[in-house]
Amino acid sequence: MAVSVARPMTNSLTTGRLPRGSVWMILVGSWILLGIVFLLVQMAGGTKQYNLVGALFLGTVLFDILVFTIAYLVEGGRQARDRLATSLIATAFIIALLPLISLIYTVLLNGFARMVQPSFFTESMRNVLDAGGGAVHAIVGTLEITGLATVFSVPIGLLTSIYLVEYGKGQLARTITFLVDVMTGIPSIVAGLFAYAFFVLLTGNVGYRSGLGGAVALSVLMIPVVVRSSEEMLKLVPNELREASYALGVPKWLTVLKIVLPTSAAGITTGIMLSIARVIGETAPLLIVSGLTASMNYNLFDGRIMTVPVFVYTQYANQGAHQSDFVNRAWAAALTLILIVMLLNLIARIIARIFSPKLGR
Amino acid sequence: MTTETTGVIKARVRLGDRVFSTSTIVAGSLILVVLAAVAVFLVVQSIPAIVAKPGTLPNAAPNFWAYVWPLVFGTVWAAAIALVISIPISIGVALFISHYAPRRLAQGLGYIIDLLAAVPSVVFGLWGVLVLARAIQPFFVWLNANFGWIPLFGGTVSGTGKTVLTVAIVLAVMVLPIMTAVCREVFLQTPRLHEEAALALGATRWEMIRTAVLPFGRPGIISASMLGLGRALGETLAVAMVLSPAVVINFFLLTSQNPNTIASNIALQFPEASGIGINTLIASGLVLFVITFIVNAIARFAINRRKAFSGAN
Repeated sequence: MAVSVARPMTNSLTTGRLPRGSVWMILVGSWILLGIVFLLVQMAGGTKQYNLVGALFLGTVLFDILVFTIAYLVEGGRQARDRLATSLIATAFIIALLPLISLIYTVLLNGFARMVQPSFFTESMRNVLDAGGGAVHAIVGTLEITGLATVFSVPIGLLTSIYLVEYGKGQLARTITFLVDVMTGIPSIVAGLFAYAFFVLLTGNVGYRSGLGGAVALSVLMIPVVVRSSEEMLKLVPNELREASYALGVPKWLTVLKIVLPTSAAGITTGIMLSIARVIGETAPLLIVSGLTASMNYNLFDGRIMTVPVFVYTQYANQGAHQSDFVNRAWAAALTLILIVMLLNLIARIIARIFSPKLGR
Repeated sequence: MTTETTGVIKARVRLGDRVFSTSTIVAGSLILVVLAAVAVFLVVQSIPAIVAKPGTLPNAAPNFWAYVWPLVFGTVWAAAIALVISIPISIGVALFISHYAPRRLAQGLGYIIDLLAAVPSVVFGLWGVLVLARAIQPFFVWLNANFGWIPLFGGTVSGTGKTVLTVAIVLAVMVLPIMTAVCREVFLQTPRLHEEAALALGATRWEMIRTAVLPFGRPGIISASMLGLGRALGETLAVAMVLSPAVVINFFLLTSQNPNTIASNIALQFPEASGIGINTLIASGLVLFVITFIVNAIARFAINRRKAFSGAN
């Protein structure tokens, strides 16, 4: 009786472990510590403005060291390494988020005010040297070129994926699969050079620029994406559906058209929307083969035509006398572009969510 | 009608079947044609530059290879630094999503990283030059002052922050989503039994990852890196906007004399180029195409080999 009273209370499950929540306290503690250090540095005149990113970063580094040391002393080497790995992996995730947050924040901050001015969506840049003007010529150009590229790539991409899934076997199918992989890796600027070289040989005009060329270049980038995503979707269609159709005497082409395609339509549409979202932000090929202009040119087959990404680039690269006006327009167009891409992504996800077939499982 | 007694029933060939299957084959073959056309047109337009006489090329280069060599170096150099930055981060992010984050959060976190892939490259360029370059320049000065004895950080530090290191950081951010996505997929495919066996033997979570997940995922990590490298090599506008280029070959990270990349050089020179200059740029594009082709082929090879043995598990 007396012996058991003399022994201190110990819990064998928690001895040799850091108390719950202590890791978080160390994290917050090291952030506060470094925050104070940087505050002192700032008050001493070392930096012009408060360095929040530096404080958070160095605080996280200090946290990694502290956690490793404390865990090493309390829990031993293996647990310490485990905790170090956990904190480093979480740090990597936070580092990956920083540029995204910074980018969205700055684009919103710098672009929103200019974008909501009505002139941005109603005027072109013709004869504009200062604050006025807008990007309507670029927005229409982007929609036209991307639309034409979609018209080119969707039939080719879809039929190719049908060939690969329903018909293809042997050497030709293997070659096409390989080449689609190769096409996926074509740098966008090379696609632009190809379209330019193609039309120069066709027309003999060395200064060739047109929206059609831009659409061809974008198609080269878009076709492999459409093929890949449609192929995945067609493969998901259960074979039972095809066999049931054959058993009813339906010819193969009607089976594909009436059974396979409707079943996978939602997925294919999603893939097409995502591929549009991918090429709509392409700048380099359009810069080369569609050129740039300040005026409204909506004829795809004749002359230079402006697009939103090229608009962003030229507003930044060719700043006039009133620099801030040009940079503001660049930010506004960047915001417009991001919003278009986000919208396309959102539509794609909604289509996938609502219309995807409910396979009985 | 009764003469055929061989017992083989041949299906009647329908017109619709003929038309449909032929049109799919035509579409598939069109891809062959397009790719062949890309190669042929680029080669045809490149030949004048490759055989050009000394003194006719831009930058006073004696021949095409002397012209393109600094650009090849710059392309590979910037992409390599970008990979050095992005490989550990993407592995970390992929592990965080696949093995550390709570199940319910994991998918949402994956979407957030995919958001980065939705940002067009020209916006990354704008952000890189107007935000990142300015913000990071004091850090470059500090790095140069304290670690200038390391050759990489030596030289005269750039006053604008438009250096090859800034470019590499922007490129690293841009290739992060694709690398993370591939790594994540492979890590999630690790056989559950391997992981549970490691944990049952008393391994901590990190030891389980080191002994079960990482060895299994190594081919995936390699192919992810190669895909990221392919993207980084071909990236144009972000580099063109952020870098302050020069015709040099050096390993300094922080100076304003940076080797340019092929893609960025094309974007910057093309609008003003004429005559043999255009041919030279197209020829350099062909070189870029060959480099990315090799890198992507290695990536595909690694992925396909991986597929072959994952079926056995």
